[in-house]
Amino acid sequence: MLLEIKNLHAKVEGKEILKGINLNINEGEVHAIMGPNGSGKSTLAQVLAGREDYEITEGEVIYNGKNLLELSPEDRAREGIFLAFQYPVEIPGVSNTNLLKTAMNEIRKYRGQEALDAMEFLTLLKEKMKIVELDQSLINRSVNEGFSGGEKKKNEIFQMAVLEPQLSILDETDSGLDIDALRIVANGITKLKSDKNAIIVVTHYQRLLNYIIPDFVHVLYKGQIIKSGGKDLALELEDKGYDWLKVDKFQVTG
Amino acid sequence: MSITEQKKIEEIANADYKYGFVTDIDAITLPKGLSEDIIIKISEIKNEPKFLLEWRLKAFRHWQTMVEPDWANIHYQKIDYQDISYYSAPKEKPKLNSLDEVDPKLRETFEKLGISIDEQKRLSNVAVDAVFDSVSVATSFKETLSDLGIIFCSFSDAVKNHPDLIKKYLGTVVPYTDNFFATLNSAVFSDGSFVYIPKGVRCPMELSTYFRINAANTGQFERTLIIADEGAYVSYLEGCTAPRRDENQLHAAVVELITLDNAEIKYSTVQNWYPGDKDGKGGIFNFVTKRGVARGINSKISWTQVETGSAITWKYPSCILQGDNSVGEFHSVALTNNYQQADTGTKMIHLGKNTSSTIISKGISAGKSNNSYRGLVKVTKKADNARNFSQCDSLLIGDKCGAHTFPYLDINNSSAQVEHEATTSKIGEDQIFYLNQRGISTDDAIGLIVNGYCKEVFKKLPMEFAVEAQKLLGISLEGSVG
Repeated sequence: MLLEIKNLHAKVEGKEILKGINLNINEGEVHAIMGPNGSGKSTLAQVLAGREDYEITEGEVIYNGKNLLELSPEDRAREGIFLAFQYPVEIPGVSNTNLLKTAMNEIRKYRGQEALDAMEFLTLLKEKMKIVELDQSLINRSVNEGFSGGEKKKNEIFQMAVLEPQLSILDETDSGLDIDALRIVANGITKLKSDKNAIIVVTHYQRLLNYIIPDFVHVLYKGQIIKSGGKDLALELEDKGYDWLKVDKFQVTG
Repeated sequence: MSITEQKKIEEIANADYKYGFVTDIDAITLPKGLSEDIIIKISEIKNEPKFLLEWRLKAFRHWQTMVEPDWANIHYQKIDYQDISYYSAPKEKPKLNSLDEVDPKLRETFEKLGISIDEQKRLSNVAVDAVFDSVSVATSFKETLSDLGIIFCSFSDAVKNHPDLIKKYLGTVVPYTDNFFATLNSAVFSDGSFVYIPKGVRCPMELSTYFRINAANTGQFERTLIIADEGAYVSYLEGCTAPRRDENQLHAAVVELITLDNAEIKYSTVQNWYPGDKDGKGGIFNFVTKRGVARGINSKISWTQVETGSAITWKYPSCILQGDNSVGEFHSVALTNNYQQADTGTKMIHLGKNTSSTIISKGISAGKSNNSYRGLVKVTKKADNARNFSQCDSLLIGDKCGAHTFPYLDINNSSAQVEHEATTSKIGEDQIFYLNQRGISTDDAIGLIVNGYCKEVFKKLPMEFAVEAQKLLGISLEGSVG
């Protein structure tokens, strides 16, 4: 198993956001996590990536046999976890190329691999740019600075393509994308999918899942997964919204 | 960059502050204290001509009437000027025909510093005039330079061999009455560097000096004088390290630059003196007067500095744009961490017509440090069509540091065009987390962001210096967040 989340509880500023998440993910799988605003979707993504603002109060996360919660954010990245940010951060003065080169070589160093030389690296970038149809000019610009919303999201997936993570967490990658950009980004993600890696897609909407077909769909509500199912569940949610589940949950637990 | 240089940089990068060792060399050190007798003694040791002794004494007498300035945004314990020894030199100053004759102990120190002169000589196209404590011990590339008529030597040698040039130019940019620290320097300066580039000569290599403070409790009073005659060009590099010491060490250098018609001087500094420990103990007090006068038409002076060291930095490399169409530039990165204090900036004095100046200042504050930019742009009545562009940016790391900007404008000619831009930004936790999430450690993330922020200034540094400067910033900021 690639990722095993057991009874995960997390707090921020004294408020419990995750209240016992259980989730198993195998290589080759795509999991969609859906749910209404404030249900804890982004928190789960950030906690898995190692954001320090969250306090883990209970539970454990095993990734590739390792205790993930003990690893620093950078070591998690080096172990193959990638978070596509909901709001990609602008870093003035640091070019995309420079960021990726540094990241790539840090990850390779961690894995005992040699650093890529400049030519190999540029060849790799050119090849990966095609996956999300990223404009050449963007890779030499400062990270996300002055990028449109769509360009920022494309850039996240471009970085994912370059770094080839084993577990990708896409936090609302579809938000802020127009239809064309959504198609390009989604197709890009689909190309990166393999039987060696896994993807967690955090989203509000079914539309992204028309392109990236999930093996499992989970509904997160008030910090717990209240329902899991196949890809049809997403369609059902699109149709009926979340309210019926809330009632369902209430009846079950009440 | 060569492998050796790369290795050198890696060594620097891996060190905490590795230059905290002291070389055990017998030194002639004058007793502590300052008096006319001491000054006469210094002049005697150095075998100086009478005019220079008189100049020193005039400076000393003037200094006694002066009060230490307190307008800068820095705080330190009063310096007891009678508790400082004003001269220290290696006992035997051998006359060297080749570098092999350098005292092996001294060579060892240079090796530790990573400035093996032999290596420098062989690998890079840089002539090095190394200053060990206060006296120059070795100078290389002299022959190549002298073929072109270029004089690049220690200040003492220049006094001996070119007294006419010293007499003509010394104190013409920074007079002995200039300011408290410059006046003190004029009275007691021990050595430094001298450069003269003759008419029409473009110096084919970067001239470089490594400074090093060694003997305990010995103030360093360097004096540098660079003259670019008509149509000449020179790029000069100054880089420094100093051993770890508990006592505060005073450093009050003076640098004078002069460009005649159509000449250009590019002066670059990477300053990495011991900044004191994490609690603010120790460290160098750096009170420097650097000034250039673009005396000739179409001449140009540019200062580029990367300041990461010293407990206290008080430094305003300035340009007096006297010649018509002359150009002054100031590019600066000043980084402070822990308890460091820096009050630094520039003065651009426009005297000639169509003169222009550019100021790019990047301040970085981390820890509990304080970083101030202080700059003056002055346009005099006759300076028609003067232009200035100033950009002063501050970057804060953490929430216990301070950044301050004090821009002064004094415009007396209505045709002047003066622009000033200023920004303050903070390295955000979200930026660091973003980079962490891409596999980059927090220290490296800060390094990336800071280097990105300073790119404009680094571009102005000679290549090998730029690389060193980048690494230096990284080291200086290690552990500054989290």
